[in-house]
Amino acid sequence: MEWFNSHLLTGLTFLPLVWAAVGTLLPEKTVKHWAFAGSIVVFLLSLKLYTGYDPQGAEFQFLESAEWIPGLGVNYSLGMDGISMWLILLTTFLSPLVILSSYQGVEDREKSYYTLLLALQTGMTGAFVAMDTFLFYVFWEAMLIPMYFLIGIWGGKERIYAAMKFFIFTMVGSLLMLVAIFFLAYQHKLQFGNFSTALLDLYKVKLDGAGYFSTQGLLFLAFALAFAIKVPLFPLHTWLPDAHVQAPTAGSVILAGVLLKMGGYGFIRFAFPLFPQAVATYQHTFLILGSIAIVYGAWVAMVQPDMKKLVAYSSVSHMGYVVIGLFALNSIGATGSVYQMLNHGISTPALFLMVGMLYERRHTKEIKEYGGITKVMPLFAVAFMIATLSSVALPGTNGFVGEFLILLGAFKANPGLAVLATTGVIFGAVYMLWMFQRVMFGPLTNPENKKLKDLSLREACVLTPLLVAMIVMGVVPNFFFEKMETSVAKLLERTGKVEMVAQTAIRKDGK
Amino acid sequence: MMLKWIPLLPLIGFTINGFWYALIQCRPGAKKAGAGIPGLIATTMIFLSFLISLRVFFYLKGQPEDARLVEEHLFSWMKVGDFNLEMALRIDSLSTLFTLVITGVGTLIHLYSIGYMGHDATPGKFFAYLNLFCFAMLMLVMGSSLPILFLGWEGVGLCSYLLIGYWYQDTEKASAGKKAFIANRVGDFGFILGMFLIYTHFGTLEFGKITELLGKSEFTTLLNPTAVTATCLLLFLGCTGKSAQIPLYVWLPDAMAGPTPVSALIHAATMVTSGIYMLARLNLLFSLSHTAMTVIAVIGALTALLAATIAIAQNDIKKVLAYSTVSQLGYMFLACGVGAYGAGVFHVITHAFFKALMFLGAGSVIHGMHEEQDIMKMGGLKSKMPVTFVTFLVGWIAISGIPPFAGFFSKDEILWNTFAGPHASKFLWAIGLFTAMLTAFYMTRMFYLTFMGTPRFNEAAMGANGHGHHDDHGHDHGHSDDHGHGHGPKGVHESPALMTIPLVVLAVLSIVGGFIGIPHHSWLEHWLEPVIPGHAEGAFSVGETGELVLMIVSVLAAAGAIAYAWKTYTNLKSAEARKKKHAKLHEALENKWYVDEAYEATFIQPIYELSVKLWKGFDVGVIDRIVLGFGRVSQWTGQAARTLQTGSIQVYAIMLLFGLVMTLAYLIKGFM
Repeated sequence: MEWFNSHLLTGLTFLPLVWAAVGTLLPEKTVKHWAFAGSIVVFLLSLKLYTGYDPQGAEFQFLESAEWIPGLGVNYSLGMDGISMWLILLTTFLSPLVILSSYQGVEDREKSYYTLLLALQTGMTGAFVAMDTFLFYVFWEAMLIPMYFLIGIWGGKERIYAAMKFFIFTMVGSLLMLVAIFFLAYQHKLQFGNFSTALLDLYKVKLDGAGYFSTQGLLFLAFALAFAIKVPLFPLHTWLPDAHVQAPTAGSVILAGVLLKMGGYGFIRFAFPLFPQAVATYQHTFLILGSIAIVYGAWVAMVQPDMKKLVAYSSVSHMGYVVIGLFALNSIGATGSVYQMLNHGISTPALFLMVGMLYERRHTKEIKEYGGITKVMPLFAVAFMIATLSSVALPGTNGFVGEFLILLGAFKANPGLAVLATTGVIFGAVYMLWMFQRVMFGPLTNPENKKLKDLSLREACVLTPLLVAMIVMGVVPNFFFEKMETSVAKLLERTGKVEMVAQTAIRKDGK
Repeated sequence: MMLKWIPLLPLIGFTINGFWYALIQCRPGAKKAGAGIPGLIATTMIFLSFLISLRVFFYLKGQPEDARLVEEHLFSWMKVGDFNLEMALRIDSLSTLFTLVITGVGTLIHLYSIGYMGHDATPGKFFAYLNLFCFAMLMLVMGSSLPILFLGWEGVGLCSYLLIGYWYQDTEKASAGKKAFIANRVGDFGFILGMFLIYTHFGTLEFGKITELLGKSEFTTLLNPTAVTATCLLLFLGCTGKSAQIPLYVWLPDAMAGPTPVSALIHAATMVTSGIYMLARLNLLFSLSHTAMTVIAVIGALTALLAATIAIAQNDIKKVLAYSTVSQLGYMFLACGVGAYGAGVFHVITHAFFKALMFLGAGSVIHGMHEEQDIMKMGGLKSKMPVTFVTFLVGWIAISGIPPFAGFFSKDEILWNTFAGPHASKFLWAIGLFTAMLTAFYMTRMFYLTFMGTPRFNEAAMGANGHGHHDDHGHDHGHSDDHGHGHGPKGVHESPALMTIPLVVLAVLSIVGGFIGIPHHSWLEHWLEPVIPGHAEGAFSVGETGELVLMIVSVLAAAGAIAYAWKTYTNLKSAEARKKKHAKLHEALENKWYVDEAYEATFIQPIYELSVKLWKGFDVGVIDRIVLGFGRVSQWTGQAARTLQTGSIQVYAIMLLFGLVMTLAYLIKGFM
């Protein structure tokens, strides 16, 4: 058991890849079942993380480490805290659903498709568990390759353009991060005598942090650029709508469900604790950008004629909440942000899956091609409604818990911007309900829509876990908070924000 | 106590009917089911909930005054550091009244719906929504903290949205639902910020603790007055959304697109009074800000007046009632604004009786008239629908403010407080009185045109008409009409007993309901004292004689308006001629003062256009150009496309990997 625990993270990371390698020996038509089985096995294994993780224990658990490039102080070291645990579980939870959802839509080169999906899972899990900055970078880049091919091969008409755009944006962003990692390793050598890229070592490195363009400030920007592109934060978001629209359904689901979370996770694990002073310096810059993203994403989502593009822009808006919650630099906001990452990883995939289901039936994502679909697909309408409500953050669904905490946290940090961000609750309802109305309500006039079939059993199986999760996460968020509370506290401690006792009254003198 | 069962039972009903709908009714070729079983399930649940509410009420009644409070802790909802939000329920002398109205009137309306929705294609869905609404509404009034109130607040908004757009195949109805939701969200924006301010200043969101702090003068004197005013106004913005006040009232008239029982339950008796509930709940806070109170009183009075003027020119029976509801809600806010929260709550209760009665009566008329809603095409229904006629008559007198019917007492209490209370304003009183006259006028107009005079319709054609556009949709779900067609006798007919019994019960309540608040012997005011402190002796500027004079004035005003309207509409021709004389004014009224159009032009259209510009101008025009210019994507794309199209992905992948390894090797070597 001891051995099992101390290699669990490696197992979870590489099992999908190994599984995929074995899968290449199987006949083309059976690979999907093989992949599905693999993703289930990985999911079940990952549950062990939940039972094994002790929030009162060490900061990072399930640690393992081996030398990799000794000359540079690069180690293969893995570990996990309460925040990454939920993100890993999100990844392993989505994976079987994504594979199952592809059963019908993907008929071309199945073997490569499922191999890439599983390889992608290895990249994502690896990025979440890497405790070494260089290792993180390798996984971070490794994720790009399968996603690039998923979009480039199984995507829509403009897939090459979208894949290249995705690649350029993310590559450009992360190159500076690589430089910054080596600079940090070098600083470690200057201060402690040896090269190290180990995260916990780098946390100890002292850097000048006064001002916007101090050492910390510049290094922070190098990391933040990579993460902000991934989030994606306004104004670096324009790769996302194209990538989503062109990607196959599974690509969109993983992109929205997990890849975007890498950005938020990067801030939490790297940018915040490594450069606490710079974070304080840039706090309001990011609060402003995040608030703009919320409103901007919502407004632009509103005018999209394509369902997928609409959902993509809604991601810009929803991930804007994540940014302002984190940069509120208090536990309410940060907890809300981590939660919002999980929420967004549940509700947006559900929306993409459902758009995909419509697409498989009608081969169009244009909103105007639909209307009155409730009549022919009543069960689908129920599912779509629940996902819509989660997206508009109705209390009782997961979305509300995240947005409420984030806005409350942001309000403590900067009331003025929180007011701007809160307008998002209005516009969020506008674009979602308007889309819902145009697709699902109204008369069923388009003759091509009259024969559409309602959800199949397989489709219902794909959606049900997500819909259940939306409600459960809305009603008992504490179940999730319990495991991540200490990690969030530790994050704020490292960022130099130990929270003061809540102020009970604002006095007349304004203090 | 078993508080949790009060909201939980309707939630169970929702779950049963919801699953029945989703798993059985949604299947292709499922047999069409009647409203009987789902209706019975839903009605039973809400009725049981009513019984428990009654029990809780009598339990409270048996307690000494200062101990009339029951709390029930369910579980911890959100706990983040020292921010701990309990999922807890709480019933005190204020909320118990609301639970009784919600479950009591709710039961009657559920019962009525079994008849009204008898031929609907998806009764499971309808009753599931209705139960879900009751659950959310009960959470709203029973929640022990602002976020739980907000949970109910948005929950009722959702149900309202779903039920307004229940006949979703009609684009107009679906749009009305969306409009309601979004207008409410504008209000909720204020509500959320108000909550945040409360949390910043009080360090808690729980009503118990907030009230306790507000009771301590050493705490309240230290509060920043500007912040208090801001908090109150933001929360009030939430009320203007939910309770349809200026500037957000525009959704409520459109909400009449929903089935009529929904209009009665949600858009008259319960949901729209949530704003009053919140003000009453936090009355100690609102009373701290004179500015906020003035704003509330003025908005209330203006809304009452504005809506009443529009109601005069509407011909759709439900639209008249809708504007009347907006107007009556205005009265309730006027009451709160002048510090008479008790009078506001009183009017909530009596209004729930007589307005639900009138809506259900209107539903009965519409049902009997085969979907006709235009009062100009009615007339003379008195003899054809005797039960509906008599009960509607009661509602009409009650809302017009004729003693001893319920509406008289509550409205008079409000006017009296406006005239002579501690925050009195003679000007607002004059508006209130004038509005009372308008109310009596338009209600008489509607009543006369519907039930009196001679029929203005062709009875022989009635009912036959209904069969016409019926084949189109078959028996599938989603009729775009008020209920299924092709049923019942031809011609105009009285509604079945399932529908008339609730009418009779509500009529009785509309007659006797006012006696809980007789001036100087008001049981209600006394009952509410633990939550809403009564006025000190001598707080009123006018003595008892003056009070009597005012009462007589308002009764005479109402009676005069009734007589005038009666006379006017007895002679329809001269009424028409008068309309022509004031054609411009009439047109403005008929078009609701063009408020919708103004909103469209000032908010909706500009934001829409700006958004398109941002998307095409900024995203595509600026950012993409910068980034893609860097990458010279056009060249890359060409090459990449060729590589991909030749099918040699593996080659490409290996090359990428190779590149990565080489880079690594170089870096390592360089450092070593």
